Amino acid sequence: MRDIAIVAYSQSPCVADAGAANEVELIMPQLQAVYAQVGIDNAQAVDFVCSGSCDYLQGAAFAFVAGVDALGAVPPIKESHVEMDAAWALYESVLKIRMGHADSALIYGFGKSSPGELPTVLSQRLDPYYLAPLWLDTVSLAALQARLLLEQGRVSERQMAEVVQRSRRNARANPLAQLAGDPSLDDLLAEEPFVAPLRRSDCAPVSDGAAAMIIATVEQARTWGVPYARLTGIDHRMENHNPCLRDLTRSTSTRQAAEALGVSDAPVDVAEIYAPFSHQEILLCEALGLGQETQVNPSGGVLAGNLMMASGLARVGEVFRRVVAGEARRGVAHATSGPCLQHNLVAIVEGA
Amino acid sequence: MSEDVAVMQAPVYLQYHFTAGRAPTRFLRRLKEGVLSGQRCPRCSQVYIPPRGSCPACGVATEEEVILSDKGTVQSFTIVHIPIPGNPIDPPYVVANIVPDGANISFIHLLSECDNREVRIGQRVEAVWRPREEWTWAMENILYFRPLDEPDVAVERIGTLPVTGLEG
Amino acid sequence: MTTMDTLEKPFELGFTYTRSTGPVIGHFLGALAEHRILGVRGSDGRVLVPPPEFDPVTAAPLDEWVELATEGVVLSWCWVAQPRASHPLQEAFAWIMVQLDGADVPMIHCLRAPAMSAVRSGARVRACWVAEPVGRITDLCCFELVEGDKA
Repeated sequence: MRDIAIVAYSQSPCVADAGAANEVELIMPQLQAVYAQVGIDNAQAVDFVCSGSCDYLQGAAFAFVAGVDALGAVPPIKESHVEMDAAWALYESVLKIRMGHADSALIYGFGKSSPGELPTVLSQRLDPYYLAPLWLDTVSLAALQARLLLEQGRVSERQMAEVVQRSRRNARANPLAQLAGDPSLDDLLAEEPFVAPLRRSDCAPVSDGAAAMIIATVEQARTWGVPYARLTGIDHRMENHNPCLRDLTRSTSTRQAAEALGVSDAPVDVAEIYAPFSHQEILLCEALGLGQETQVNPSGGVLAGNLMMASGLARVGEVFRRVVAGEARRGVAHATSGPCLQHNLVAIVEGA
Repeated sequence: MSEDVAVMQAPVYLQYHFTAGRAPTRFLRRLKEGVLSGQRCPRCSQVYIPPRGSCPACGVATEEEVILSDKGTVQSFTIVHIPIPGNPIDPPYVVANIVPDGANISFIHLLSECDNREVRIGQRVEAVWRPREEWTWAMENILYFRPLDEPDVAVERIGTLPVTGLEG
Repeated sequence: MTTMDTLEKPFELGFTYTRSTGPVIGHFLGALAEHRILGVRGSDGRVLVPPPEFDPVTAAPLDEWVELATEGVVLSWCWVAQPRASHPLQEAFAWIMVQLDGADVPMIHCLRAPAMSAVRSGARVRACWVAEPVGRITDLCCFELVEGDKA
């Protein structure tokens, strides 16, 4: 099997409202940044391009097609798209390279969530007969999950506040974060409920932005002569779409993916976890089998800024940056998709 | 025993706040003033209308604004004979790809004040604008295009005329 | 409509879908219109509601119907102090995971309640119905607390 190298990564700042920027204008700076890291001109210089986005976020039909205007697709390029987080575009690209159909790939994800009401838009991912007609929003669904965990004694409100506090503190070192600071636990716990038992600080903010990555075979990475990290494993598993037909107090699919990859077979220095709600980070650390030695979400994670359809790819990118910088030897990235952690992806990134 | 429900009404209505994007905003502001504009690629020099902020061929950002003519050339066309629900225009009518002078790609608009049988690729046309007081941030400021009394443009020259048109 | 820098405009995106229900969902919705709640028995013996078309474990088609009570018990809940415009209730309400008597899994719906303090896990609730059913899940318009069971 061909080894995969991550060679470039860039992410826009997470902003509450990207204002006038359209999808092309959101994507282009990140593409230019990863081209510059590798020393190429445009998407013609890679063998495959795959993106992740969801047109419902901004309400612009076929925005993902318009996004291709950012690529330089003349002459035509090999291009694909997933209506999911771009972490799954990464997965598709990895398969493409492993099968020998490409030696390099450009992956990008973008989301402009500010034009709509994100938790309401995402309610329409639920099944169209029983739950979507109720407009059960994502915050409420997560709140139902949080109460199950709280009442079973699996997490406490204080632990949830600790997750938020660590996110805000870590985000102070992340210039791309939307929310950073040093809130006290007492202040966080004194906050009014938003959708009880969740407080607003337990929920990821709504952010606009984009992220891009270039991966390649190790041979191609050496040809480019750029520092790289190895993507040594990637797996994803999906659970039932009906939240009531799975155990919401566990993330079985995350655990399965982590076990299949052997996450616990060697020390994990750093983990970037896609937990849009504070209690989910606790749940996911458990499912990934992470111990005290692992630094969790040093970027602040998505509680500090959540680029829908790019945050999963960004988790991989954050681990890549730290491995390449020598801050970590082996890291784990997690991405989620679908209602209430339905679908989970785990990736392992190691030093070259 | 109850009767099974065969179909279910499942309407979805979502509210959004649309923003036009930086490049489209510049285009629409010019349009409000009765002017067609595009953007030029810094690499291949192609001029795009309406501009999206990038050259889709080169994959680079476009910044330079180019003021275009409201005269142009028919690149292709179709004659619509079927009524379309909600469309106020009575068929048959002509929908054409029109390249404005100074640009390298076409947009789609209506062609009228013409004999439909005479419409042809390479035909020269000009915009018929609504009264100035009705101008807004939309292509509807142009009611339609109508034929110009000028020689046809050879097929290989369509999409290459300067902003001064045939004289250029 | 405009600001100094950008052009912007509110708009509504509408999808006027009509969906085919199929034999399982159609049967459930038909019964719901008569104020009856039906579940199906899964391969592991559990009674599932609302009924999935195929078994969540074996993917076999499911057709063993079980009529359930229209009352049940709250397993989890959250309090929506400020309902969104899309929500089924426009005054403060709770979303609940309610396990109906006779079912082995909960279902999610909304609960009309006078205040957050009136809701608790373990509370008994019963279904409320719209006056004119149309064959949708919302014919069961919400649940309400069973009298004498307020904590």
